[in-house]
Amino acid sequence: MESLIGLLVAAPLLGAAVLLCGGQRLNRTGHLLGTALAAVSFVVAAVLFFDMVGRDTDDRALHQHLWSWVPVNEFQADIAFQLDQLSMTFVLLITGVGTLIHLYSIGYMEHDERRRRFFGYLNLFLASMLVLVLADNFLLLYVGWEGVGLASYLLIGFWQHKKSAATAAKKAFVVNRVGDAGLAIAIFLMFTTFGTFAFGPVLDDVEASGASQATLTGIGLMLLLAACGKSAQVPLQSWLGDAMEGPTPVSALIHAATMVTAGVYLITRSGAIFNAAPDAQTVVVVVGAVTLLFGAIVGCAKDDIKKALAGSTMSQIGYMILAAGLGPIGYAFAIMHLVTHGFFKAGLFLGAGSVMHGMNEEVDMRKYGGLRKYMPVTFITFGLGYLAIIGFPGLSGFFSKDAIIEAAFAKGGTQGWILGVVTLLGAAITAYYMTRVMLLTFFGEKRWQPDAEGNMPHPHESPKTMVIPMVVLAFGSVFAGGLFKWGDAFVNWLEPVTQFEHGHPPLSVPVITGLTVVVLLIGVGAAWFQYGRAAIPVVAPRGSLLTRAARRDLLQDDFNHVVLVRGGEHLTRSLVYVDNKIVDGAVNGTAAFYGGLSGRLRRAQNGFARSYAVSMFGGAALLVAATLLMRAV
Amino acid sequence: MSTLASTTSSAEAVQFWLLGGIAVAGALGTVLLRRAVHAALCLAGTMIILAIFYLANGAYFLGVVQIVVYTGAVMMLFLFVLMLVGVSAADSLKETLKGQRLMAAICALGLGILLVAGIGQAALGTFTGIERANEAQGGNVPSIAERLFTEYVVAFEVTGVLLTIAAVGATMLTHRERTEMAKSQRQQAEERTRSDHLPPLPAPGVYALHNAVDRPGLLPDGTPSELTVSPTLRARNQIREVSPEKLNQVAALEQRTADYHGQPRYGQRSQGVAGGTDQGRAGAEQDSPTEDQVRVEPGHKPGDGESDHGQSSGEEAR
Amino acid sequence: MDPVNYLYLAALLFTIGAFGVLIRRNAIVVFMCIELMLNAANLTLVAFSRMHGNLDGQIMAFFVMVVAAAEVVVGLAIIVMLYRSRHSASVDDASLMKL
Repeated sequence: MESLIGLLVAAPLLGAAVLLCGGQRLNRTGHLLGTALAAVSFVVAAVLFFDMVGRDTDDRALHQHLWSWVPVNEFQADIAFQLDQLSMTFVLLITGVGTLIHLYSIGYMEHDERRRRFFGYLNLFLASMLVLVLADNFLLLYVGWEGVGLASYLLIGFWQHKKSAATAAKKAFVVNRVGDAGLAIAIFLMFTTFGTFAFGPVLDDVEASGASQATLTGIGLMLLLAACGKSAQVPLQSWLGDAMEGPTPVSALIHAATMVTAGVYLITRSGAIFNAAPDAQTVVVVVGAVTLLFGAIVGCAKDDIKKALAGSTMSQIGYMILAAGLGPIGYAFAIMHLVTHGFFKAGLFLGAGSVMHGMNEEVDMRKYGGLRKYMPVTFITFGLGYLAIIGFPGLSGFFSKDAIIEAAFAKGGTQGWILGVVTLLGAAITAYYMTRVMLLTFFGEKRWQPDAEGNMPHPHESPKTMVIPMVVLAFGSVFAGGLFKWGDAFVNWLEPVTQFEHGHPPLSVPVITGLTVVVLLIGVGAAWFQYGRAAIPVVAPRGSLLTRAARRDLLQDDFNHVVLVRGGEHLTRSLVYVDNKIVDGAVNGTAAFYGGLSGRLRRAQNGFARSYAVSMFGGAALLVAATLLMRAV
Repeated sequence: MSTLASTTSSAEAVQFWLLGGIAVAGALGTVLLRRAVHAALCLAGTMIILAIFYLANGAYFLGVVQIVVYTGAVMMLFLFVLMLVGVSAADSLKETLKGQRLMAAICALGLGILLVAGIGQAALGTFTGIERANEAQGGNVPSIAERLFTEYVVAFEVTGVLLTIAAVGATMLTHRERTEMAKSQRQQAEERTRSDHLPPLPAPGVYALHNAVDRPGLLPDGTPSELTVSPTLRARNQIREVSPEKLNQVAALEQRTADYHGQPRYGQRSQGVAGGTDQGRAGAEQDSPTEDQVRVEPGHKPGDGESDHGQSSGEEAR
Repeated sequence: MDPVNYLYLAALLFTIGAFGVLIRRNAIVVFMCIELMLNAANLTLVAFSRMHGNLDGQIMAFFVMVVAAAEVVVGLAIIVMLYRSRHSASVDDASLMKL
């Protein structure tokens, strides 16, 4: 069975190679090949999953050592894969959702002349993401980490003829670089501390290694920085909203379901380090909580449907990060929410893509309205995703989010209360902004506007290749949570990898669940009062100060511009000044000093032999004087 | 002579103070006199006095060598070079280099004071006298010779080599290499006529056949004019005759010129000239073939048979 | 009379010669001043020779004379060369070796 693990990665990698190097002749069949190879990967994943389920709990992890990559004395980097329950979960999510989105893209990208290239990039992404979650050491993980960054860059900027897309890709790449530097530093620290960066030796005996608390906290914070970059957490969140410039399937796959959750994977995978470094864990929780609210508030204000969903993604990943920061009581719930979120958020994005497809690529929700009659399947699947994300009782999001809220309360003490309230507040805001999206898009009057070429949109249901994935994902949105929760199946499944402790919230579970439902209803109600009853202006009203700020992504770009760009400019300017005046000054000053000195000494070289003779005689006289002086002394 | 005494005879003292003053005066003269010849003479005087001092110090050989080599040879060489370079010019004693004289004075004064102080301070030991050393081989010269050809023989030989090298070097330095053969008169004449700057045809009238003041010029009719000679020479009756041969040559030249221009021949000529025309023409052809050749050539194109004729006539003449 | 006086005289002559080298521009006169200095040195050698009763000083002076003769030959040849090319025997005119 081990040998199949390599095939998981090899299939999409082969697809990427063939599609990207194959040239024009693959234009007609390229998308089919890409989808087929993604499906192969999924089938292999399924086979491996059933094989894994068939084995004992302790015997489930598989390991495949392919080859030794960099064997240098103590520095042993291997290309080796490790398939345990955590990796298996991710592999199924990645290949499953990935295959569906490949399928969706066949329809969505039908009229794009660079479709073959698009599928090549998607396959490259799948391969990189699989490397990321299958790696058995941090260095190989880093390879996958960079690979998904590259694929993300290429796909955000896929429509590079649009300046906004090119800029967004660049922005994502640059911001991710900060996080990647964090991961690199974390790996350096691991190697100096533990002498290796393989998961087993590093994570199994963190306590026994005798590493200082400071070192572990440092590693933890660097890993968190990496997670923040990849998962769009505060303070490295700014790229995700702009990343929506990419094609919608990309937003669904990379920027909702899989890649952006890599940070959660990283923190969960490195759980042992975080468990041993409580300070780092606290920071993780804070980052999660802040991002949770940040993303939710941004999501409330955006009129661009994809950006609203992007804010939502940020917020939901905030939940996951928060849960991962809670330690063993939260890891499993973080992953559970990650998986359910992968289903419903991918479904929501595909729904949004379907809507845009029918509305001449219009993204402004204020120009939608009343679409439920025209796109019934999209409406139903999107609606199920909506119910799932707001945590409607019985659907996926309800179980996973409720678990996180409980775990937040269970953190204990003041911290627990604060986190619990924040997560509840987040749930309320989630309900509010998702209801808003729902109402603006599918309910109310038609507010359609002609597009730039003056064509009125003619909303219609999307082709089958697009509809099928949405339906499948809708099923996932509805049932995944229940299945996972049933008999604590998911928690037990992950327990060997992530450990699990039952949290003990200060409020009883039914109370918390009740509170969750109450805040959900409050959020939905508020949205209904604001957007359901009154007519919605096509041009957005000015709004409150908070709304205006949220429309500008809570001033994140302004902050970055003022602090980082301006600061950097000032820094470089002052460095240039220092270089010009002080460094160059010293160098030039020395040169000028000796230049001047030699210019004066040069006058002694007047070419007149008699002048030189005077010097000679003077010297001779001095010699005589010195001789006499030495005798006298 | 006592071994401990540090004095010499009073006669020597008188001699020292007398001649020493002159020597210093000579040295100062060497340095300060404007004319190099005077300086050289002053130096020669100083050297002679030094030779006397050598003798007084028992260095008889050196005393003589000093006179022979220095005063005799070296100073004469200096005077030779002075004559070569120009003896008349007196040097300007005005200093051109800024501060040079001041610095020189400071250096010289400092050096002098230091040397004097050094000598004054030096522990010079006992005064031995040269007599015993001189008597070792029966005199100063044999004693020096004995040492020179035994102990210092290598240095002596090397010094001889040095002198040889110096002589060769001086010859080399002053020798001017001639890089080409000297031109003969004929070569010079040929070059001149072949160059672009041909001398013009002689103007009708005066022919000065000789570049000398005692030769009279010729009048247009070919007769010598005594008026062209300086009155002094006329008074002394030192006017040289112009030979009829030369006059014939002039006539022949004129004839050729006339032929070349296709002009009729000049009418009346003086007796002495008209008679010898044919003969003179032949002589002229013999004497100045190149001139003939050049005068003819402009009428023909180069490379014609005629130019060959011109050259062959030149060959004949040679 | 103390024979040390010869040394003082030699020092005086040497200094005068040195001064002459420094202030005269005519190369031939400069050369003569150098000869004067050499002679002063010779006088020192001879005087020392006498004071120590040793002929080595005289022999040294003899060698100085020979070398001085050789030097004069070459030096004057150089001056003649210089004069030929520059039509001047001034040492200041040969001042091209400067910036």
